Amino acid sequence: MKKINIGKKILSENEKCAIENKSLLTKQKKLCLNMISSPGSGKTTILVRTITELNNKIKIGVIEGDIQTDIDAQRIRATKAPAFQINTEGACHLSAAQISRGLKNLPVNDLDLIIIENVGNLVCPSAFELGETGKVVVLSVAEGDDKPAKYPGIFAKSKTLLINKIDMLASDGQVDFDIERVKSDASRLNKAIEIFPISAKTGQGMADWYDWLIRNVKQSRMQT
Amino acid sequence: MHEMMVAQSLLAQISDEASKQKAKPVLAKISCGKLNALNDEILSFAFDAIAKDTLCQGVKLEIEHKPLQAKCKTCNHVFEIEFSKPQCEKCNGQEFELLPDAPLILEEIEFQTG
Repeated sequence: MKKINIGKKILSENEKCAIENKSLLTKQKKLCLNMISSPGSGKTTILVRTITELNNKIKIGVIEGDIQTDIDAQRIRATKAPAFQINTEGACHLSAAQISRGLKNLPVNDLDLIIIENVGNLVCPSAFELGETGKVVVLSVAEGDDKPAKYPGIFAKSKTLLINKIDMLASDGQVDFDIERVKSDASRLNKAIEIFPISAKTGQGMADWYDWLIRNVKQSRMQT
Repeated sequence: MHEMMVAQSLLAQISDEASKQKAKPVLAKISCGKLNALNDEILSFAFDAIAKDTLCQGVKLEIEHKPLQAKCKTCNHVFEIEFSKPQCEKCNGQEFELLPDAPLILEEIEFQTG
């Protein structure tokens, strides 16, 4: 038996491509966010509202990842924002090479912010760097307040947590969801995580998320 | 099932090394951190499926899971984090900082000799 030491990162090809994406985005001073959540948490609805309401302030382009269909890209394009759809044909996450293709197909020069809407899944997408500036995890209240504890990886790695559908936390208790538990569990995993409770449906809380986006777009513009 | 992409990258790297060594690989040792969310059975299953009829057919995967460590903000103790009970093992402090998770690494390949 002959043993050979390798000591090489297994996902080095993906990582190499992610670094290329990142350096392209940094050179062009663009903010790029990788949005990750379970299916149905409201990612596309958040994007549609954000794009519409920030229309005069920042230009947003979207790379849409879905297993099948271009339903989400169509919803984004209806706002007049550019969107590039990637169908993963079964794969449960986007890879850096797909993002590189997406960036070539978006008018990156004209944009301030590129948002990658990853395939709906709280586990797999968290393991693949795409070259983004940061990750945004979305959790909707109907999914339950135990998710940071049960899916720690994505909460540990994200820059921001959007707690969506807070309009369902009506006074008649439609959904049992302890928002303070989520905040404390997520912060314990990730002391730097910024948390915004929002409703993309009613607009509640969205202003703070917009401020955060505008602040981070400015930061990306100033990077050297 | 992100294990499939891991399996594909792994197959490419083991095949490369096998061509260099001009030998048949039999075992690959891998290490990974806790946040890679890698499932051993699924990775081996995916790898076996794509390695069939290649030089890597029959290669066994040995996967070492490295613990994720955290540093207590109260007493500075570094401990292995248990997500079911996330607190300092020494002072029971609930405030801590996660230390960087181990990356996914192909550590070593064993080849048949003779």
